[in-house]
Amino acid sequence: MAGLWFTTRRARLMLKCDNCNKPATVHLTEIRNGKKIEKHLCEQCAAQNEGLPVKSHTPINELLTNFVMAHSGLQKETTAGQACELCSMTWSEFRQGGLFGCANDYTVFEKDLTPLLQRAHEGATHHVGKVPTRRGGTGVPMKKTVDLSKLRKELQRAVEAEDYEKAAKVRDQIKIAEG
Amino acid sequence: MPMKLSDLTSHAGEWLRGSGPMSEVVISSRIRLARNVAGYPFLAKCSRGQRTTLEHKIRDTILGANISPQTLYVDLENAPDTDRQLLVERHLISKPHAAAEGARGVAIGENETISIMINEEDHLRIQVLRSGLQLEEAWDQINKLDDLLEAKLDYSFHPRFGYLTACPTNIGTGIRVSVMLHLPALKITGEIEKVFRAAKDMRLAVRGLYGEGTEATGDFYQISNQTTLGKSEEEFISDFKHLVIPKIIDYEHQARRILAKERTVGLDDKVYRALGVLRCARLISSEETLNLLSHLRLGVNLERIKEIELRTINELFLLTQPAHLQKLHGKKLDGDARKQARADYIRSRLNGQ
Repeated sequence: MAGLWFTTRRARLMLKCDNCNKPATVHLTEIRNGKKIEKHLCEQCAAQNEGLPVKSHTPINELLTNFVMAHSGLQKETTAGQACELCSMTWSEFRQGGLFGCANDYTVFEKDLTPLLQRAHEGATHHVGKVPTRRGGTGVPMKKTVDLSKLRKELQRAVEAEDYEKAAKVRDQIKIAEG
Repeated sequence: MPMKLSDLTSHAGEWLRGSGPMSEVVISSRIRLARNVAGYPFLAKCSRGQRTTLEHKIRDTILGANISPQTLYVDLENAPDTDRQLLVERHLISKPHAAAEGARGVAIGENETISIMINEEDHLRIQVLRSGLQLEEAWDQINKLDDLLEAKLDYSFHPRFGYLTACPTNIGTGIRVSVMLHLPALKITGEIEKVFRAAKDMRLAVRGLYGEGTEATGDFYQISNQTTLGKSEEEFISDFKHLVIPKIIDYEHQARRILAKERTVGLDDKVYRALGVLRCARLISSEETLNLLSHLRLGVNLERIKEIELRTINELFLLTQPAHLQKLHGKKLDGDARKQARADYIRSRLNGQ
Protein backbone atom coordinates (compact mmCIF):
# COMPACT_ATOMS: atom_id res chain seq x y z
CA MET A 1 0.00 0.00 0.00
CA ALA A 2 1.11 3.53 -0.73
CA GLY A 3 3.24 5.28 1.81
CA LEU A 4 3.95 2.22 3.88
CA TRP A 5 7.33 0.63 3.60
CA PHE A 6 8.12 -2.85 4.67
CA THR A 7 11.75 -3.59 5.40
CA THR A 8 12.28 -7.29 5.58
CA ARG A 9 15.15 -8.57 7.65
CA ARG A 10 16.48 -10.52 4.71
CA ALA A 11 16.51 -7.45 2.52
CA ARG A 12 18.71 -5.67 5.01
CA LEU A 13 21.26 -8.46 4.99
CA MET A 14 21.12 -9.48 1.37
CA LEU A 15 21.32 -6.37 -0.74
CA LYS A 16 22.21 -7.33 -4.26
CA CYS A 17 23.94 -5.13 -6.80
CA ASP A 18 21.44 -3.03 -8.79
CA ASN A 19 23.20 -3.98 -12.04
CA CYS A 20 24.15 -7.60 -11.62
CA ASN A 21 23.39 -10.31 -9.10
CA LYS A 22 26.53 -10.07 -7.01
CA PRO A 23 26.27 -8.94 -3.38
CA ALA A 24 26.23 -5.15 -3.12
CA THR A 25 29.10 -3.81 -1.07
CA VAL A 26 29.00 -0.17 -2.16
CA HIS A 27 26.02 1.88 -0.95
CA LEU A 28 25.49 5.33 -2.38
CA THR A 29 22.95 7.95 -1.47
CA GLU A 30 22.57 10.78 -3.96
CA ILE A 31 20.37 13.83 -3.80
CA ARG A 32 19.23 14.62 -7.34
CA ASN A 33 16.62 17.37 -7.92
CA GLY A 34 15.73 17.22 -4.25
CA LYS A 35 15.02 13.49 -4.46
CA LYS A 36 16.96 10.92 -2.51
CA ILE A 37 18.29 8.13 -4.70
CA GLU A 38 19.85 5.07 -3.13
CA LYS A 39 22.16 2.84 -5.14
CA HIS A 40 23.54 -0.50 -4.10
CA LEU A 41 26.36 -1.81 -6.26
CA CYS A 42 29.04 -4.44 -6.25
CA GLU A 43 32.62 -3.21 -6.39
CA GLN A 44 33.04 -3.84 -10.11
CA CYS A 45 29.88 -2.02 -11.14
CA ALA A 46 30.70 0.84 -8.80
CA ALA A 47 34.12 1.20 -10.40
CA GLN A 48 32.74 0.96 -13.95
CA ASN A 49 29.53 2.97 -13.71
CA GLU A 50 30.27 5.52 -11.07
CA GLY A 51 34.02 5.74 -11.58
CA LEU A 52 34.38 5.14 -7.88
CA PRO A 53 37.70 3.97 -6.57
CA VAL A 54 36.55 1.60 -3.90
CA LYS A 55 37.98 1.40 -0.39
CA SER A 56 40.17 4.45 -0.67
CA HIS A 57 38.36 6.81 1.67
CA THR A 58 38.19 5.12 5.02
CA PRO A 59 37.39 7.74 7.64
CA ILE A 60 40.02 8.16 10.31
CA ASN A 61 37.80 7.06 13.18
CA GLU A 62 36.88 3.88 11.32
CA LEU A 63 40.57 3.14 10.82
CA LEU A 64 41.18 3.66 14.52
CA THR A 65 38.16 1.59 15.47
CA ASN A 66 39.34 -1.25 13.30
CA PHE A 67 42.79 -0.93 14.78
CA VAL A 68 41.56 -1.02 18.37
CA MET A 69 39.13 -3.85 17.65
CA ALA A 70 41.77 -5.85 15.80
CA HIS A 71 44.12 -5.61 18.76
CA SER A 72 41.55 -6.52 21.36
CA GLY A 73 41.19 -10.06 20.06
CA LEU A 74 37.60 -9.37 19.06
CA GLN A 75 37.98 -10.43 15.45
CA LYS A 76 39.40 -13.66 14.21
CA GLU A 77 40.92 -14.12 10.81
CA THR A 78 38.88 -16.38 8.54
CA THR A 79 38.91 -17.32 4.90
CA ALA A 80 35.86 -16.43 2.87
CA GLY A 81 35.71 -19.63 0.84
CA GLN A 82 35.51 -21.79 3.96
CA ALA A 83 32.62 -24.10 4.85
CA CYS A 84 31.46 -24.82 8.41
CA GLU A 85 32.83 -28.22 9.42
CA LEU A 86 29.68 -28.99 11.41
CA CYS A 87 26.80 -27.99 9.11
CA SER A 88 28.63 -27.42 5.78
CA MET A 89 27.23 -23.88 5.47
CA THR A 90 29.24 -21.61 3.17
CA TRP A 91 29.29 -17.83 3.11
CA SER A 92 27.60 -17.66 -0.30
CA GLU A 93 24.87 -20.09 0.80
CA PHE A 94 24.21 -17.86 3.80
CA ARG A 95 24.07 -14.74 1.61
CA GLN A 96 21.46 -16.40 -0.56
CA GLY A 97 19.16 -17.60 2.19
CA GLY A 98 19.91 -15.10 4.97
CA LEU A 99 19.91 -17.86 7.60
CA PHE A 100 22.76 -19.66 9.28
CA GLY A 101 22.88 -23.44 9.65
CA CYS A 102 24.32 -23.78 13.15
CA ALA A 103 25.85 -21.88 16.05
CA ASN A 104 29.38 -22.64 14.82
CA ASP A 105 28.78 -20.50 11.69
CA TYR A 106 29.05 -17.40 13.87
CA THR A 107 32.61 -18.39 14.73
CA VAL A 108 33.57 -19.57 11.25
CA PHE A 109 32.28 -16.43 9.50
CA GLU A 110 32.84 -13.94 12.30
CA LYS A 111 35.09 -11.68 10.25
CA ASP A 112 32.83 -11.50 7.19
CA LEU A 113 29.78 -11.09 9.36
CA THR A 114 30.99 -8.07 11.31
CA PRO A 115 30.25 -5.37 8.68
CA LEU A 116 26.81 -6.88 8.03
CA LEU A 117 26.01 -6.88 11.72
CA GLN A 118 27.08 -3.29 12.06
CA ARG A 119 24.71 -2.33 9.27
CA ALA A 120 21.82 -4.31 10.71
CA HIS A 121 22.36 -3.24 14.32
CA GLU A 122 23.23 0.45 14.11
CA GLY A 123 26.93 -0.13 14.49
CA ALA A 124 26.70 -2.50 17.46
CA THR A 125 28.98 -5.52 17.41
CA HIS A 126 28.68 -6.97 20.92
CA HIS A 127 25.90 -8.32 23.05
CA VAL A 128 24.84 -6.34 26.08
CA GLY A 129 22.01 -7.71 28.16
CA LYS A 130 20.70 -10.94 29.54
CA VAL A 131 23.10 -13.88 29.91
CA PRO A 132 21.83 -17.39 30.58
CA THR A 133 22.80 -18.74 34.00
CA ARG A 134 23.82 -22.07 32.50
CA ARG A 135 26.45 -21.69 29.88
CA GLY A 136 24.82 -23.28 26.83
CA GLY A 137 27.94 -25.23 25.95
CA THR A 138 30.26 -22.23 25.50
CA GLY A 139 32.41 -23.21 28.46
CA VAL A 140 32.69 -19.60 29.62
CA PRO A 141 31.64 -19.06 33.22
CA MET A 142 28.74 -16.66 33.54
CA LYS A 143 30.35 -13.97 35.67
CA LYS A 144 33.23 -13.58 33.27
CA THR A 145 30.90 -13.17 30.31
CA VAL A 146 28.96 -10.45 32.07
CA ASP A 147 32.13 -8.52 32.84
CA LEU A 148 33.38 -8.93 29.30
CA SER A 149 30.22 -7.64 27.71
CA LYS A 150 30.34 -4.62 30.03
CA LEU A 151 33.95 -3.94 29.09
CA ARG A 152 33.19 -4.31 25.42
CA LYS A 153 30.41 -1.82 25.66
CA GLU A 154 32.75 0.54 27.45
CA LEU A 155 35.29 0.05 24.68
CA GLN A 156 32.68 0.78 22.04
CA ARG A 157 31.63 3.96 23.85
CA ALA A 158 35.21 5.14 24.25
CA VAL A 159 35.85 4.59 20.55
CA GLU A 160 32.65 6.39 19.61
CA ALA A 161 33.66 9.30 21.84
CA GLU A 162 37.10 9.16 20.17
CA ASP A 163 38.70 8.76 23.60
CA TYR A 164 41.45 6.49 22.37
CA GLU A 165 43.46 6.67 25.56
CA LYS A 166 40.56 5.17 27.48
CA ALA A 167 39.88 2.74 24.66
CA ALA A 168 43.41 1.41 24.89
CA LYS A 169 43.04 0.91 28.66
CA VAL A 170 39.74 -0.94 28.30
CA ARG A 171 41.23 -3.04 25.51
CA ASP A 172 44.00 -4.14 27.91
CA GLN A 173 41.41 -5.00 30.55
CA ILE A 174 39.57 -7.14 28.00
CA LYS A 175 42.79 -8.96 27.17
CA ILE A 176 43.37 -9.72 30.84
CA ALA A 177 39.76 -10.81 31.38
CA GLU A 178 39.98 -13.15 28.39
CA GLY A 179 43.09 -14.66 29.93
CA MET B 1 -7.93 -30.38 32.99
CA PRO B 2 -6.28 -30.23 29.58
CA MET B 3 -7.40 -27.36 27.38
CA LYS B 4 -8.74 -27.82 23.88
CA LEU B 5 -8.36 -25.53 20.90
CA SER B 6 -12.14 -25.23 20.64
CA ASP B 7 -12.16 -23.61 24.10
CA LEU B 8 -10.57 -20.56 22.49
CA THR B 9 -12.96 -20.00 19.61
CA SER B 10 -15.95 -18.25 21.10
CA HIS B 11 -14.23 -15.37 22.90
CA ALA B 12 -11.22 -13.09 22.51
CA GLY B 13 -7.95 -13.56 24.36
CA GLU B 14 -6.79 -11.36 27.25
CA TRP B 15 -4.96 -9.01 24.91
CA LEU B 16 -8.17 -8.05 23.08
CA ARG B 17 -10.23 -7.29 26.15
CA GLY B 18 -10.01 -3.59 25.30
CA SER B 19 -8.58 -2.45 28.60
CA GLY B 20 -5.08 -1.73 29.80
CA PRO B 21 -3.19 1.57 29.73
CA MET B 22 -3.72 3.72 26.61
CA SER B 23 -6.10 1.14 25.20
CA GLU B 24 -7.93 3.77 23.13
CA VAL B 25 -4.87 3.80 20.85
CA VAL B 26 -2.69 0.88 21.91
CA ILE B 27 -4.38 -2.44 21.20
CA SER B 28 -1.63 -4.68 22.49
CA SER B 29 2.00 -4.94 23.59
CA ARG B 30 4.06 -7.90 22.49
CA ILE B 31 7.55 -9.10 23.35
CA ARG B 32 9.16 -12.12 21.80
CA LEU B 33 12.50 -13.81 22.45
CA ALA B 34 14.29 -15.99 19.90
CA ARG B 35 16.21 -18.93 21.40
CA ASN B 36 17.98 -22.02 20.09
CA VAL B 37 19.02 -25.20 21.85
CA ALA B 38 22.79 -25.80 21.96
CA GLY B 39 24.05 -28.98 20.31
CA TYR B 40 21.52 -29.00 17.45
CA PRO B 41 21.81 -27.27 14.07
CA PHE B 42 19.48 -24.38 13.31
CA LEU B 43 16.36 -25.46 11.44
CA ALA B 44 17.71 -24.84 7.92
CA LYS B 45 20.26 -27.62 8.49
CA CYS B 46 18.18 -29.94 10.72
CA SER B 47 17.38 -33.42 9.45
CA ARG B 48 13.78 -34.63 9.80
CA GLY B 49 14.89 -36.73 12.74
CA GLN B 50 16.61 -33.83 14.51
CA ARG B 51 13.57 -31.65 13.94
CA THR B 52 11.31 -34.24 15.53
CA THR B 53 13.70 -34.78 18.45
CA LEU B 54 13.78 -31.03 19.08
CA GLU B 55 10.01 -30.76 18.95
CA HIS B 56 9.62 -33.56 21.52
CA LYS B 57 12.39 -32.28 23.76
CA ILE B 58 11.16 -28.69 23.86
CA ARG B 59 7.50 -29.69 24.19
CA ASP B 60 8.29 -31.97 27.14
CA THR B 61 10.36 -29.24 28.77
CA ILE B 62 7.58 -26.67 28.41
CA LEU B 63 4.88 -29.01 29.66
CA GLY B 64 7.11 -30.08 32.56
CA ALA B 65 8.07 -26.54 33.54
CA ASN B 66 4.61 -25.49 34.76
CA ILE B 67 4.60 -22.29 32.78
CA SER B 68 0.89 -21.79 33.37
CA PRO B 69 -1.92 -23.46 35.36
CA GLN B 70 -3.40 -24.58 32.05
CA THR B 71 -1.25 -25.10 29.00
CA LEU B 72 -2.57 -25.98 25.57
CA TYR B 73 -0.17 -27.68 23.18
CA VAL B 74 -0.99 -27.83 19.48
CA ASP B 75 0.93 -30.20 17.21
CA LEU B 76 0.90 -28.02 14.10
CA GLU B 77 2.23 -30.65 11.74
CA ASN B 78 -0.93 -32.70 12.22
CA ALA B 79 -3.43 -29.90 12.88
CA PRO B 80 -6.11 -29.08 10.28
CA ASP B 81 -5.67 -25.91 8.19
CA THR B 82 -8.51 -24.08 9.93
CA ASP B 83 -6.91 -24.64 13.34
CA ARG B 84 -3.62 -23.23 12.14
CA GLN B 85 -5.39 -20.27 10.56
CA LEU B 86 -7.31 -19.72 13.81
CA LEU B 87 -4.04 -19.47 15.73
CA VAL B 88 -2.70 -16.94 13.21
CA GLU B 89 -5.84 -14.83 13.57
CA ARG B 90 -5.33 -14.88 17.36
CA HIS B 91 -1.67 -13.85 16.93
CA LEU B 92 -0.54 -17.02 18.71
CA ILE B 93 1.56 -18.27 15.77
CA SER B 94 3.07 -16.51 12.76
CA LYS B 95 1.90 -16.98 9.18
CA PRO B 96 5.16 -18.73 8.18
CA HIS B 97 4.80 -21.08 11.16
CA ALA B 98 1.29 -22.02 10.03
CA ALA B 99 2.42 -22.62 6.45
CA ALA B 100 5.68 -24.49 7.20
CA GLU B 101 6.26 -28.24 7.01
CA GLY B 102 7.69 -30.80 9.40
CA ALA B 103 7.57 -31.30 13.16
CA ARG B 104 6.54 -28.07 14.87
CA GLY B 105 4.10 -26.85 17.47
CA VAL B 106 2.94 -24.16 19.82
CA ALA B 107 2.32 -24.07 23.57
CA ILE B 108 -0.27 -21.57 24.77
CA GLY B 109 -0.83 -20.51 28.37
CA GLU B 110 -1.98 -17.87 30.85
CA ASN B 111 -5.18 -16.97 29.05
CA GLU B 112 -3.34 -16.68 25.73
CA THR B 113 -0.87 -14.09 27.01
CA ILE B 114 1.89 -16.68 26.52
CA SER B 115 2.69 -18.58 23.37
CA ILE B 116 5.84 -20.53 22.62
CA MET B 117 6.40 -21.54 19.01
CA ILE B 118 8.61 -24.58 18.52
CA ASN B 119 10.63 -24.95 15.31
CA GLU B 120 9.62 -21.68 13.71
CA GLU B 121 12.66 -19.86 12.28
CA ASP B 122 14.43 -20.61 15.57
CA HIS B 123 13.98 -23.62 17.85
CA LEU B 124 11.98 -21.46 20.25
CA ARG B 125 10.09 -18.24 19.74
CA ILE B 126 8.73 -17.23 23.12
CA GLN B 127 6.00 -14.59 23.05
CA VAL B 128 4.04 -12.60 25.61
CA LEU B 129 1.07 -10.58 24.38
CA ARG B 130 -0.86 -8.20 26.65
CA SER B 131 -3.62 -5.66 26.12
CA GLY B 132 -2.85 -1.94 26.02
CA LEU B 133 0.57 -0.47 26.72
CA GLN B 134 2.08 -3.02 29.13
CA LEU B 135 5.63 -3.46 27.94
CA GLU B 136 7.25 -3.67 31.36
CA GLU B 137 4.69 -6.19 32.58
CA ALA B 138 5.24 -8.18 29.40
CA TRP B 139 9.02 -8.11 29.95
CA ASP B 140 8.66 -9.31 33.57
CA GLN B 141 6.45 -12.15 32.43
CA ILE B 142 8.62 -13.27 29.52
CA ASN B 143 11.87 -12.90 31.46
CA LYS B 144 10.58 -15.29 34.13
CA LEU B 145 9.28 -17.67 31.51
CA ASP B 146 12.66 -17.62 29.75
CA ASP B 147 14.38 -18.40 33.10
CA LEU B 148 12.06 -21.35 33.68
CA LEU B 149 12.88 -22.84 30.28
CA GLU B 150 16.57 -22.04 30.53
CA ALA B 151 16.78 -24.02 33.76
CA LYS B 152 15.98 -27.11 31.68
CA LEU B 153 17.39 -26.31 28.22
CA ASP B 154 20.92 -25.40 27.18
CA TYR B 155 20.52 -22.29 25.08
CA SER B 156 22.94 -21.53 22.30
CA PHE B 157 24.89 -18.50 23.55
CA HIS B 158 28.04 -16.75 22.34
CA PRO B 159 30.08 -14.41 24.58
CA ARG B 160 30.27 -11.76 21.88
CA PHE B 161 27.05 -12.27 19.90
CA GLY B 162 24.74 -13.18 22.80
CA TYR B 163 21.82 -15.49 22.08
CA LEU B 164 22.49 -17.08 18.71
CA THR B 165 19.69 -17.10 16.18
CA ALA B 166 19.31 -18.50 12.68
CA CYS B 167 19.12 -14.98 11.24
CA PRO B 168 21.88 -12.58 12.35
CA THR B 169 19.36 -9.71 12.48
CA ASN B 170 18.01 -11.27 15.70
CA ILE B 171 21.22 -12.04 17.60
CA GLY B 172 22.20 -10.52 20.92
CA THR B 173 19.09 -10.18 22.99
CA GLY B 174 16.91 -11.99 20.44
CA ILE B 175 14.19 -9.56 21.46
CA ARG B 176 11.44 -8.07 19.40
CA VAL B 177 9.30 -5.48 21.11
CA SER B 178 6.17 -4.47 19.26
CA VAL B 179 3.00 -2.58 19.89
CA MET B 180 -0.17 -2.73 17.85
CA LEU B 181 -1.63 0.73 17.39
CA HIS B 182 -5.05 1.76 16.13
CA LEU B 183 -4.59 5.04 14.26
CA PRO B 184 -7.84 5.84 12.42
CA ALA B 185 -7.77 9.60 13.00
CA LEU B 186 -4.25 10.00 11.54
CA LYS B 187 -5.45 8.02 8.53
CA ILE B 188 -8.55 10.18 8.06
CA THR B 189 -6.63 13.45 8.42
CA GLY B 190 -3.95 12.18 6.04
CA GLU B 191 -1.18 12.56 8.60
CA ILE B 192 -0.20 8.92 8.91
CA GLU B 193 3.10 9.75 7.18
CA LYS B 194 4.15 11.43 10.43
CA VAL B 195 4.18 8.03 12.08
CA PHE B 196 6.27 6.48 9.33
CA ARG B 197 8.77 9.31 9.59
CA ALA B 198 8.99 9.11 13.39
CA ALA B 199 9.46 5.36 13.18
CA LYS B 200 12.05 5.59 10.43
CA ASP B 201 14.07 8.17 12.37
CA MET B 202 14.31 5.70 15.22
CA ARG B 203 15.02 2.72 12.98
CA LEU B 204 11.77 1.00 13.77
CA ALA B 205 9.70 -1.11 11.42
CA VAL B 206 6.03 -0.41 10.67
CA ARG B 207 3.97 -3.41 9.67
CA GLY B 208 0.36 -4.45 9.19
CA LEU B 209 -2.05 -6.44 11.32
CA TYR B 210 -0.37 -9.82 10.95
CA GLY B 211 3.29 -8.81 10.98
CA GLU B 212 6.00 -8.93 8.36
CA GLY B 213 4.73 -8.40 4.83
CA THR B 214 1.08 -7.74 5.72
CA GLU B 215 -1.00 -4.64 5.01
CA ALA B 216 -2.31 -2.16 7.51
CA THR B 217 -5.98 -3.11 7.22
CA GLY B 218 -8.43 -1.54 9.63
CA ASP B 219 -5.93 1.23 10.45
CA PHE B 220 -3.88 -1.12 12.62
CA TYR B 221 -0.14 -0.58 12.61
CA GLN B 222 2.45 -2.71 14.32
CA ILE B 223 5.62 -0.90 15.32
CA SER B 224 8.68 -2.90 16.30
CA ASN B 225 12.42 -2.68 16.85
CA GLN B 226 14.76 -3.85 14.11
CA THR B 227 18.01 -4.02 16.03
CA THR B 228 18.64 -6.56 18.78
CA LEU B 229 22.35 -6.16 19.52
CA GLY B 230 24.28 -3.60 21.56
CA LYS B 231 21.58 -2.61 24.04
CA SER B 232 20.05 -4.47 26.96
CA GLU B 233 16.48 -5.73 26.86
CA GLU B 234 15.46 -3.03 29.35
CA GLU B 235 17.02 -0.32 27.18
CA PHE B 236 15.14 -1.50 24.08
CA ILE B 237 11.90 -1.51 26.04
CA SER B 238 12.52 1.82 27.70
CA ASP B 239 13.33 3.56 24.38
CA PHE B 240 10.16 2.19 22.99
CA LYS B 241 8.01 3.12 25.92
CA HIS B 242 9.40 6.58 26.52
CA LEU B 243 10.60 7.85 23.15
CA VAL B 244 8.57 6.28 20.40
CA ILE B 245 5.12 5.33 21.51
CA PRO B 246 4.10 8.45 23.49
CA LYS B 247 4.91 10.57 20.44
CA ILE B 248 2.69 8.52 18.14
CA ILE B 249 -0.12 8.32 20.71
CA ASP B 250 0.09 12.08 20.99
CA TYR B 251 -0.22 12.56 17.21
CA GLU B 252 -3.29 10.33 17.15
CA HIS B 253 -4.89 12.15 20.11
CA GLN B 254 -4.33 15.51 18.42
CA ALA B 255 -5.89 14.25 15.18
CA ARG B 256 -8.88 12.86 17.14
CA ARG B 257 -9.38 16.18 18.93
CA ILE B 258 -9.36 18.04 15.62
CA LEU B 259 -11.87 15.63 14.12
CA ALA B 260 -14.19 15.90 17.13
CA LYS B 261 -14.01 19.69 17.41
CA GLU B 262 -13.62 21.02 13.91
CA ARG B 263 -14.91 18.27 11.67
CA THR B 264 -17.73 16.90 13.80
CA VAL B 265 -20.22 16.33 11.00
CA GLY B 266 -17.66 14.64 8.77
CA LEU B 267 -16.61 12.40 11.66
CA ASP B 268 -20.20 11.49 12.59
CA ASP B 269 -20.95 10.76 8.96
CA LYS B 270 -18.12 8.21 8.80
CA VAL B 271 -18.98 6.67 12.16
CA TYR B 272 -22.73 6.34 11.53
CA ARG B 273 -22.27 5.11 7.97
CA ALA B 274 -20.04 2.40 9.38
CA LEU B 275 -22.63 1.49 12.01
CA GLY B 276 -25.41 1.59 9.40
CA VAL B 277 -23.67 -0.80 7.04
CA LEU B 278 -22.56 -3.15 9.80
CA ARG B 279 -26.10 -3.30 11.23
CA CYS B 280 -27.80 -3.88 7.89
CA ALA B 281 -25.43 -5.63 5.47
CA ARG B 282 -26.33 -9.13 4.30
CA LEU B 283 -22.98 -9.96 2.65
CA ILE B 284 -19.72 -8.45 3.85
CA SER B 285 -16.03 -9.14 3.18
CA SER B 286 -13.37 -9.38 5.85
CA GLU B 287 -11.59 -6.27 4.60
CA GLU B 288 -14.72 -4.10 4.52
CA THR B 289 -15.55 -5.32 8.02
CA LEU B 290 -12.15 -4.31 9.38
CA ASN B 291 -12.35 -0.87 7.82
CA LEU B 292 -15.88 -0.20 9.08
CA LEU B 293 -15.12 -1.55 12.55
CA SER B 294 -12.15 0.80 12.63
CA HIS B 295 -14.43 3.84 12.13
CA LEU B 296 -16.92 2.46 14.61
CA ARG B 297 -14.19 1.99 17.20
CA LEU B 298 -13.11 5.60 16.69
CA GLY B 299 -16.72 6.71 17.19
CA VAL B 300 -17.01 4.75 20.44
CA ASN B 301 -13.66 6.08 21.70
CA LEU B 302 -14.74 9.65 21.02
CA GLU B 303 -18.14 8.96 22.61
CA ARG B 304 -20.04 9.76 19.42
CA ILE B 305 -21.68 6.38 19.94
CA LYS B 306 -22.45 5.33 23.47
CA GLU B 307 -24.57 2.20 23.23
CA ILE B 308 -21.81 -0.10 21.98
CA GLU B 309 -18.98 -1.36 24.16
CA LEU B 310 -15.36 -1.25 23.06
CA ARG B 311 -15.04 -4.87 24.03
CA THR B 312 -17.77 -5.88 21.56
CA ILE B 313 -15.92 -4.14 18.75
CA ASN B 314 -12.60 -5.70 19.72
CA GLU B 315 -14.22 -9.13 19.73
CA LEU B 316 -15.79 -8.51 16.34
CA PHE B 317 -12.37 -7.66 14.88
CA LEU B 318 -11.30 -11.18 15.81
CA LEU B 319 -14.43 -13.31 15.52
CA THR B 320 -15.27 -12.12 11.98
CA GLN B 321 -11.95 -13.44 10.62
CA PRO B 322 -12.33 -16.44 8.25
CA ALA B 323 -11.14 -19.26 10.52
CA HIS B 324 -13.11 -17.98 13.53
CA LEU B 325 -16.32 -17.70 11.52
CA GLN B 326 -15.91 -21.24 10.26
CA LYS B 327 -15.24 -22.53 13.76
CA LEU B 328 -18.32 -20.73 15.09
CA HIS B 329 -20.40 -22.36 12.35
CA GLY B 330 -18.71 -25.71 12.75
CA LYS B 331 -18.17 -26.12 9.01
CA LYS B 332 -16.15 -24.91 6.05
CA LEU B 333 -17.60 -21.79 4.44
CA ASP B 334 -16.55 -20.42 1.05
CA GLY B 335 -17.13 -17.16 -0.81
CA ASP B 336 -20.63 -15.77 -0.36
CA ALA B 337 -21.53 -18.28 2.35
CA ARG B 338 -18.73 -16.85 4.46
CA LYS B 339 -19.69 -13.26 3.69
CA GLN B 340 -23.25 -14.05 4.66
CA ALA B 341 -22.23 -15.75 7.89
CA ARG B 342 -20.06 -12.75 8.74
CA ALA B 343 -22.85 -10.24 8.09
CA ASP B 344 -25.33 -12.34 10.11
CA TYR B 345 -22.95 -12.57 13.04
CA ILE B 346 -22.17 -8.84 13.06
CA ARG B 347 -25.89 -7.96 12.92
CA SER B 348 -26.61 -10.26 15.83
CA ARG B 349 -23.88 -8.67 17.93
CA LEU B 350 -24.65 -5.03 17.08
CA ASN B 351 -28.44 -5.17 17.09
CA GLY B 352 -28.67 -7.37 20.13
CA GLN B 353 -27.60 -4.66 22.56
